[in-house]
Amino acid sequence: MRPVYMISGGITKFAKAHPDKDFRFMVKEAYDYTLRDVPRFSKDMIDGAVGSYFSDHFTRQLKAASMAQDYLGLCPKPSKRIEGGGATGGLCFQSAWEAVASGRMNSCVAFGFETMSRVNTWKGNEFIALASDTNFDFPVGGFYSGYYAMMVQRHMHEFGTTVEQMAMVSVKNHINALYNPYSQKAKRLTIKQVRESPMVATPLTMEDICTMSDGAAVCLLASEEVAAKACERPVKIIGVGSGSDAMRMADRPHGKVILLPHEQESDYAHLKYPGVHSFRGGRMAAKLAYQMAGIHNPMEELSFVELHDAYTSSEIQTYEDLGLCKYGEGGRFVERGTPFMPGIDYGMSLPKQERLPVNPSGGLLACGHPVGATGLMQAVFAFWQLQGTMSKHLGNPTLQLKNPRRGLIHSHAGTGTYITVSILEAI
Amino acid sequence: MGEKGTIVYGVDPLIVHDHYEIDYRHSYAEDSPFFVGLSKGKLLGSRCTGCRYTYATPRSHCMECGAPTAWHEVPLSGRIHTFTICHYGGEAFLKETPFTLILVEFEGADTLFLSRLKGVKSEAVRIGMPVRACFSKTPAFKVTDVWFEPADRE
Ligand SMILES: [Zn+2]
Repeated sequence: MRPVYMISGGITKFAKAHPDKDFRFMVKEAYDYTLRDVPRFSKDMIDGAVGSYFSDHFTRQLKAASMAQDYLGLCPKPSKRIEGGGATGGLCFQSAWEAVASGRMNSCVAFGFETMSRVNTWKGNEFIALASDTNFDFPVGGFYSGYYAMMVQRHMHEFGTTVEQMAMVSVKNHINALYNPYSQKAKRLTIKQVRESPMVATPLTMEDICTMSDGAAVCLLASEEVAAKACERPVKIIGVGSGSDAMRMADRPHGKVILLPHEQESDYAHLKYPGVHSFRGGRMAAKLAYQMAGIHNPMEELSFVELHDAYTSSEIQTYEDLGLCKYGEGGRFVERGTPFMPGIDYGMSLPKQERLPVNPSGGLLACGHPVGATGLMQAVFAFWQLQGTMSKHLGNPTLQLKNPRRGLIHSHAGTGTYITVSILEAI
Repeated sequence: MGEKGTIVYGVDPLIVHDHYEIDYRHSYAEDSPFFVGLSKGKLLGSRCTGCRYTYATPRSHCMECGAPTAWHEVPLSGRIHTFTICHYGGEAFLKETPFTLILVEFEGADTLFLSRLKGVKSEAVRIGMPVRACFSKTPAFKVTDVWFEPADRE
């Protein structure tokens, strides 16, 4: 496999609705931004593209990626569509990586979009729930927030995780987003406000859950040769991994933890894994990505993480899957302040603020979750962060970390059925 | 539909109403006995003929070893493994809110079963609570032909 670099990226402003632009136009906007940011790169250097969007129900247009491909003027270059639920964007990123790593392409565009505003929120929830087993799960009350609520209810039972710890994630991500003009739902919140917002599925309130969005994102990946020629500050993709789990949560095993290099079997002597409290696919994705990147202790070797926080609960569960802390310690991880940004006032006391910022961008909770674009959006924020260009792209320096070395991005599909982890490094 | 004219929500950009509906001829295929079983008051799971792994859901081949499974009657009572009370839902279920979803664990089964819990105040629901299966007297041949209620109720 050849080394692969990210050399540019672009995002549209995520919003509840963009009725004035269809998905092709949104992709074009992100794509033009991407090309403008690498003036030495030209369209004829693109060898092909991978498009991602999640739901044919939202689009009501099969082969919509073909329409974006022609709109961008990329025909007759190679193209395909990637779909994998909530992990669609992360899978698209990795598919573009594969194209370059294999030598099949020297540069590949990954574009993703979703237009979720075309139906009302509850119809949208129904569409999304069609990504659960339609014979056995959907008819019982198809609702992802309900599924995740059951998962965290068990997490609370096993490990003592609290709703206040979950609310801290919401406060953190919404406040981070105040400095991210691309975000959809930035605001200053308190733990009390999160808990007092309308209950959706116990214990998850409206402020524990991301919103639906319209938006697009684009990443440009390239070989070493192209990166050196076209980009002043390329970022290297040093590890990719992905994992999966049974579609029906009910069918998940209750066995042994998949260990990371810095863990031992004795750490989890009594834990039945993954059950419904943890995402086995996320652990597998992390293990594979760390292996490729040569990472032995993620907490020590990563500078920041952009992870799939569709729910505050899944952010906490994901700290554990990624091995940022042990299984069961996710709640205390956030309570100590470890995943908060340096230099931002969150209105609460945090003993270990800034050890490993998680979702500096505001994550899905505050940026929005236009599914096919989400995983690529994370890649763009990670790229800018590692390039040191956050200030240029966001218009303010608050979210720029000091000399970040490595960033991890994590994309996640319904109840953990597909999960990707990719690791980017500044060079 | 066309004769009724087009509903216009806005003109700049032009936003119109668009309707979409479809009927399927849906086969439960190898899982059919499960749905027939519900109409007879039985909860059919699968037991692997190779490694004996026991599923509380239908699955014709074992996820662990790939061998065929045999039908196996899951006990009609179990315990709540986890739960949630949904105050919102997908559009199709909004009118049923609030409803309680549970994953049920059974003696002798390695996996769980997703269902609704009825007949109990939401404040009283907790993990570990004993529950028993109840079956619809007028089967719709859907997984909702079964639901659970607290085991101590008659
Ligand atoms: Zn078996």
